[in-house]
Formats: sequence, C-alpha cells, structure tokens
Amino acid sequence: MSTFLNLLVYGLADGAILALAALGFVLIYKATSVINFAQGEFLLVGAYMFYTAFVVLGLPLVAAVLVGVVVATLIGVLVERFILRPMIGEDPISIIMVTIGLSMLLKALVQMFYGTSPKSQPAILPRSSVEFLGATVPLNRLLVILIAAVVLTAFTIFFRRSRHGIAMRAVADDQQAAMTMGISVRRIFALAWVLAAVSALIAGVLLADISAVDQNLAGFGLMVFPVVILGGLDSVPGTIVGGLIIGLLTQFVSGYQDPGLATVVPYVVLVLILLVRPYGLFGETRIERV
Amino acid sequence: MSNVTATGIYHRTYASELRLRSTRAEYVRLGLMVVLLLVLPFVLDNYWLSIVNTILIAVIGAVGLNILVGYTGQISLGQGGFMAVGAYSSAILAERMGMPVPVAIVLAVLLTAAIGTFFGLPGLRLKGLYLAIATLASQQIIEFVIRRWGWLTEDRGYITLDRLSIFGWTLPRESFEQSWYWILMLLALLAVLAARNLFRTGLGRSFMAVRDQDIAAEAIGVNLTTAKLTAFAVSSGFVGLAGALTAHYTETVTWEAFTLNVSITYLAMIIVGGLGSIAGAVYGAIFMSLLPVLIRTVADVVGPAAPWLSNQLPAIQNAVFGLVIILFLIIEPRGLNRLWERMKEYVRYWPFRY
Repeated sequence: MSTFLNLLVYGLADGAILALAALGFVLIYKATSVINFAQGEFLLVGAYMFYTAFVVLGLPLVAAVLVGVVVATLIGVLVERFILRPMIGEDPISIIMVTIGLSMLLKALVQMFYGTSPKSQPAILPRSSVEFLGATVPLNRLLVILIAAVVLTAFTIFFRRSRHGIAMRAVADDQQAAMTMGISVRRIFALAWVLAAVSALIAGVLLADISAVDQNLAGFGLMVFPVVILGGLDSVPGTIVGGLIIGLLTQFVSGYQDPGLATVVPYVVLVLILLVRPYGLFGETRIERV
Repeated sequence: MSNVTATGIYHRTYASELRLRSTRAEYVRLGLMVVLLLVLPFVLDNYWLSIVNTILIAVIGAVGLNILVGYTGQISLGQGGFMAVGAYSSAILAERMGMPVPVAIVLAVLLTAAIGTFFGLPGLRLKGLYLAIATLASQQIIEFVIRRWGWLTEDRGYITLDRLSIFGWTLPRESFEQSWYWILMLLALLAVLAARNLFRTGLGRSFMAVRDQDIAAEAIGVNLTTAKLTAFAVSSGFVGLAGALTAHYTETVTWEAFTLNVSITYLAMIIVGGLGSIAGAVYGAIFMSLLPVLIRTVADVVGPAAPWLSNQLPAIQNAVFGLVIILFLIIEPRGLNRLWERMKEYVRYWPFRY
C-alpha cells in the first residue's frame, strides 16, 4: 500500500510536469500548426537560465524566476521571428526539421556554456517528507503537483477570460476570420511561442529541482509526444489528462515491473492510440477536403 | 531526339524524354564521374578512403530515405531503427548462424523491408505530423529492443564480426579500405541506379502521386495501401542494406550507432541535398559526412591556439549541424541539388539572367 501511494505521488508529480511541458507544445500547435521538437530543449534552457540567475549570479528566488521568464520570453520571440516565420507555408517535413535543427542548436549551446556534468543547485522546495496514510511521501513532489496545478489553472483562465487568450483561440480556430476581426496573427504567433517557452521554463525548473540540473532534462521533452497524442494534439485539457496518465503509467511500470521498460511503454501507448483513435481523447477530428 | 536551346531543353519524342541523360554536358559529366570513381582509391590514403567508404554507405541510406520522404511524402524518423534491424540481423545471421555474408545481407535486407512495412502500417491512416510521431515511436521501440533484449548480443551489449569474407575469399588486411571501396562503390552505384530507374516506372510514379495529393492519386486509380506500403518496404530495404554494410564494414554492432540522432542526421542529409531527388540524396550524404571531418580538421589546425576548442568539439559539431539544417531550410529549402541546377542555368543562359 505504501509503495502504491509513493508511486502515485511520484507519478502525479511527473505527470504534472509533463502536462506543463505538453501545454507549451499544444499552444504552439494550436496557434501556428507547428510541431515543436525543441520543447525538451526549452525545458533545458529554462532550467539552466534559472540556475545561472539563482546560483551563478546569486539572485534571490523571485528575481531569478523573473530573469528566467524574461529570457524565456526573449527566446520565444526570437525563435518565432527568425526561424519559424520564414517557414510559413512550407511542407510539414521542413517545419519539423527546422525545429529539430533548433533543438540540436539549443542543446549544443547549453553544452558549450555549461559542460556536460550535472550542476548542483540548492533545493528550492523542501526536501522533508510527510507521513500520509502510513506512507512516507516526499513533500517536494506534493508541492510540484500543487504548483503545476496552479499554473495550469492560471493558463486555463487566461484562455477563457483574457482578451489575448480569446484572440489566441480565435486564431487557432480560423486565421483569416481572426484577421478580419482585427487580431494581429503575427503577434498571436509570437505570444504562443512566448507562452510555450515560459511554461517550459516552469516545467524545467520544477523538474530540475526534483532531479538534477543536467543535459538529461532535454530527454524529458520526447515524452511530450505520447502525452499530446493521448490527450489530443490541439486540446489543453487533454495535456493535463494525458500528462497524468503517462506520468502514472511510467511510475507504476517502473515501480512494479522494470525501470527500463517504463521508458518504452509510453511509446507503445502512443502507437496504440494512433492506430485506434489518432485524434486522441480530446482532440478535434479533422475532416480532410481536397 | 532533344534540342538544347537558349531557352531550355526540349524533347521531341517520348523516348528522348524518358532517357536519363539528354545533353552532351551530362555525358561529359558522367565520364568525369566514372574517371573520378576509378582513380579515387589510388590517390587517397587509408584515412580519406575510410571517409569515402562511410560516405558510400550513407549514400545508400540517404537514397533509401529519400524514396520514402522525398518521393512518397511519408515522413520517417525511424531510419536509425531500421538500420539497426539490418545491422543486427545480418551480423547474427553471418556470425552466429554461420551463413555466407552475401546471403546474410540479402536476408537482412528482406527482413528490414518486412519490419519497415509493419511500422509503415500506421501510415495508412496517418500523415504528416502524426506519421512523424508514429515513426518516432517505432525508433524508440526498436532502440529499446536492441538495448534490452540480451539474446541479440548474447548479453554482451555488442556483436563483433570477423573481417569480411565472401564465399571463402577473405579481404586482405593490407588493402582493407581499397577492397571495401570497390564493394561499396558497386553497391552504392546499383542503389542509385535502381532508385533512379524506380521513378521511371509506374510504381515510382504512383509514389509521387501519393506525395503530391493522396486523395487525387486515389481518384486516378492509384491503390494507396499498396503504394504506401511498397514505398515503406523499398525504402527500408535500402536502409537495411546500409545498416548491414555498416555492421560488416565497422565489424562491430552496438546500439549507440543507431540512435535517434542517426535518424536526424539522415533526414538532414536529404533536406540539405534536396528532397525528392536522387542526386540530392547523394550530395547531402557527401556534405553531411564531410561536415564533421571538416570541423575536426579546422579544430586541429587552430587547436594549439585555442585548446578549449578540442574539448568543445562534440558540442560545436552539434551546433553546426543544427545551424546548417536551419539555414538550409530558410535560405534554400530545395537543397544543394537546386543550387547546382541554378548554377547550371546561370551558365546556360549567360549573359541573360533567365
């Protein structure tokens, strides 16, 4: 029972972070129909930027988070303006490849500046654990779930209520119609990349705090694909459900079966979902016309 | 017959249009190419010859990938996995089951084609982005199998192979690279010729129709299921050949040689070279294989002046790879092949711009 509870909390924490990473991915896909293979590297860059501000420059926590957000915003804007905008109207293959190129570049830059060895960063979230129904549950995992839930709720409210959020949904729905209503599609594209970079920053910092600041953070980015396919490529609630399912699944498989197997199970789920229900649990079914 | 005029090349008969070469310049270039290929092993030392040999293997793999991605429009991120299938099956058949190497390679090619077709099944319902993600999953699943399935390597994690011997003739140690050059050159040439001719047949044309507009292709009588699955089979066959040759040439097989990075490198080859062109795949394979060599050479030259550079070499190499992919896609999405065509046109129409 205690193993089960532990795995449950670990799985929910992983799932919450996955949902945050997947949120950025879905935002970009919804608004700009670009598949961003560099989402994992956004996590990586976010975590290292925070590390630089927090540990290297010695800024207080809040200032370090602000620096991280500013840098993430900048990266989002630059990537959209100089890499993705020239690619508008190209084949999907070209757009996929350009984000793969971007991911190689970002990862290599991080490696050049910070090396490959893991960096030590003082714990942000408390490392103590709490007794809960007879199981010892680490407090920081619980806090990760809480923070991710708050951030995801904030994003959801942003889409439902704020002007920019509604404009983003309008662009995702129909670009031309949105333009006729006076929405600047370019600005929305930039906004989507910025929000994706910021949500990846939060995910990266949380992930780095419960694991370590090192190059492996980028590998987490590939796990985004099973999540978004399961939840539906263009569905924000889908990322939360998909993230939690994949997070729990990997933790339970790794706890009860074999940690190695846990790395491949999400992809098996991905293939099955693609064969049975390609648009995922909450994705919008598209009918194709010639 | 065809006419070469200042405004372009015009064909007067169907036969002339179907020919692979129609101008005198093309025959001259073919002649130069043949001379170059014949002379190479006698002028290059073993180091450069080994680079040429890896390029030749890459050419086979890139041509195979271009059949699927460039000509049929089915995005595949599973190249590394399919090469692994070819390499492992050929190595196991030849080493452990004691089959003659050519037989093992042929069987490996067939097996890779079969497995490629299996992983192509999602392609029947999916396209574009979804297919890319599905093939990413196939890459991860194959990678998992070759890493964790101990039976494949008898729990050693790697397979070592003997020096190549074909029906009793073992490659002499002193002319190892030269002999491999002739074998690989012949096979690469066959692969290029086969691929080039494939797209003069009805089957090849049906692949292109599927790429351009699959619904319309279906309307004019192309069987989508057959076309897509054959494309996966043919392409994986080429890729399996490249994998099997890698195994026998390097004489070791480990999973590290077939990761997702390999898939990405091959995709980069066909994008840098030019999607949907056999010549482009060849240019891209040459370019992307020479790039790391070039970076290493530059690092060696300026190495003493900047010692930090040699530590950073892997990172710099990845950064350059990423940058090359991005720049090519933004500046010349149709790759080196298009640049070469533009150069030829510039000369042909000179002094006019177009």
